[in-house]
Amino acid sequence: MRRVTFPHMGNLCITVKALFESLDVEFIIPPACTKRTLELGTKYAPELACLPLKINVGNFIESIEKGADTIVMTGGCGPCRFGYYSEVQREILKDLGHDVDFFVLELPKGNVGEFIKRIKSIVGNKSLLTVARGVKKATKVALALDELDRLSFRIRAREKIKGKTNWIMKKFHHQVQKVKSAEEILMLIENTKKELKAIEIDTKVTPLRIGIVGEIYTVIEPFANFRIEEILGDMGVEVDRSLNIGNWIMEHVIKYALGMNKNRPYEKAAKPYLKTMIGGHAQETVGNCVMYAQQGYDGVIQLYPFTCMPEIVAESILPTVSTDLDIPVLTLIIDEMTGEAGYRTRIEAFVDMLMRRKERNVAVDKYILSGN
Amino acid sequence: MSVKIGIPRALLYYEYYPMWKTFFQELGLEVVLSDPTTKTILNDGVKHCVDEACLPVKLFHGHVINLKNRADYIFIPKLTSIARGEYICPKFCGLPEMVGFSIKDLPPVIDVEINLRNPKSVLYKSFEQIGRYFTQDTRLIKAAFNKAMEAQKYYLKSIKQGKLPSELLENQKFVSPVKADLRIALIGHVYNLYDKYISMDILSKLKKQGIEVITPEQLEDAKIEEQANRMNKKMFWSFGKRLLGATLCLKDRKDIDGIIFIMSFGCGVDAFISDLCERRIRRETGIPFFLLTIDEHSGEAGVNTRIEAFLDMIRWRRKNEESNISAYG
Repeated sequence: MRRVTFPHMGNLCITVKALFESLDVEFIIPPACTKRTLELGTKYAPELACLPLKINVGNFIESIEKGADTIVMTGGCGPCRFGYYSEVQREILKDLGHDVDFFVLELPKGNVGEFIKRIKSIVGNKSLLTVARGVKKATKVALALDELDRLSFRIRAREKIKGKTNWIMKKFHHQVQKVKSAEEILMLIENTKKELKAIEIDTKVTPLRIGIVGEIYTVIEPFANFRIEEILGDMGVEVDRSLNIGNWIMEHVIKYALGMNKNRPYEKAAKPYLKTMIGGHAQETVGNCVMYAQQGYDGVIQLYPFTCMPEIVAESILPTVSTDLDIPVLTLIIDEMTGEAGYRTRIEAFVDMLMRRKERNVAVDKYILSGN
Repeated sequence: MSVKIGIPRALLYYEYYPMWKTFFQELGLEVVLSDPTTKTILNDGVKHCVDEACLPVKLFHGHVINLKNRADYIFIPKLTSIARGEYICPKFCGLPEMVGFSIKDLPPVIDVEINLRNPKSVLYKSFEQIGRYFTQDTRLIKAAFNKAMEAQKYYLKSIKQGKLPSELLENQKFVSPVKADLRIALIGHVYNLYDKYISMDILSKLKKQGIEVITPEQLEDAKIEEQANRMNKKMFWSFGKRLLGATLCLKDRKDIDGIIFIMSFGCGVDAFISDLCERRIRRETGIPFFLLTIDEHSGEAGVNTRIEAFLDMIRWRRKNEESNISAYG
């Protein structure tokens, strides 16, 4: 029996847990990302590779230490570097003497038969219908998790006693490791939602609203972005995350596989600034930034790992969006050298500036925005 | 007076200039080329581009500024893909936008997309779109397109016969070594290798020392393709594929004394390609491999020292017939 592992990315481990448990696949959740994970990744990965690759390598090594022998991950075919992660990581692990199988969720050279054969080698002798049911359940979990996160963003900014939301969410992440099956996970999510809703909130305040855009891994993975939602929420800022796992699975996996129409409003919003898809999430970044401005958000934060190619293009476009639509944008670039204190200071300064801007409610052109 | 079209002397100028030049001249336009790279051009580029971009993209910004007041149009095609199922790099896909939003008061930019990723796409369509900026006569455009293709074919043929792009485009003269004692492969993107300023003229430096230099452009395309296709997964960056395939071609050759891989700091594609190349070369051969990263701060003296040390090591190793000295530092 294979022992399957996968890289961490925010709530992905809960979704994958739901999937593998419903299919009886033996799996190992990589130990939570720590400084050691990052150090292992930085040591063995190419110097100028992007941060997600490095953290992935760290995850894999730590999972292999726990006995994993197969790695499952998604793929792509460019132009973003993510499409070639599996190859580079395979080579790195090979040079380290780890003989593991890579299972990439993509059509290998367009061959459907080969793809099904690979899936069978992981799930054993189960029918494709069972697999489809498992995927459906896991998607449901992912969507429920997105909703739970959104609720927590709203409550955290308004709670009367600071820290309550954090405590409940922490408890949730602790408990979710112990429950089995998608049904139980969904129940736990429901209960946590009830607990969150019971928190006493201050109805009088209208918190600042900040939208988070950027490269998906740094936006979603709390270890990479130093729990930016908590940092902002604790300052009384309501956060909206433009990219979520559940939504991503729906749009890019399910709808793609079923050939359904995609709901991508950001493409239209990005059009005046970025005409075509250029890989990664650049179009999302620009489009969502435009949409946040239209929805009256107070500011936008762009997150991306150092050397991320598509986001560099987006970064050079955002100042124009910012001027045109009168919305402050802060770009934060993250790599293994990023220090948390400096990062926090920049976010605090940005939030301070947004607060002043809101209080005074005067013409913006009298202000100088710094932050880049 | 004829319309002036500005072409920046950067990025894929080294790959496609003869084609663009012929096409525009056939349409009756005057082609204005930006000046050869200088410190001022580079500094202008660095100033107008986001910090995180790679050296060649920053330099491209500089060349556009150099052309700004000299041309009626600036030609910055959106080169999404130049081969089936492949891409170049996200920064190439978004180049017209990057430049357009970073440099103010530009003359009109011709930012027609060239995307051959889909098997059904036709290259001529993009050329027609470009041509329509200046004429509605499709017969003229078609004729210009055919001439452009011929010029490009002739250019590529000259390269395969041993001429370097910098000899053909820049009239750079090299002293060919009478008797070469070493044969070094110089792997890197065209815009890094053949820009004399950016590469710090590494080609002349090596040749003057009596070294024969091999660049990816001189190797057979079919062989490069074949080697690159041996990867588990299709390599989807066209120029990444060239570098990877070229390095893998060298793997089986016994007559290569060393490989110098030039990459620019922040190049996303090369971060992966150089690592894959280095791992393969190390694992399967004993050829010394040297990765030289360049950026706008690279000092020439430091680069010289590193190259000298690398060459010394190879010669010393050969003289002493020892192979137990690490070539990787």
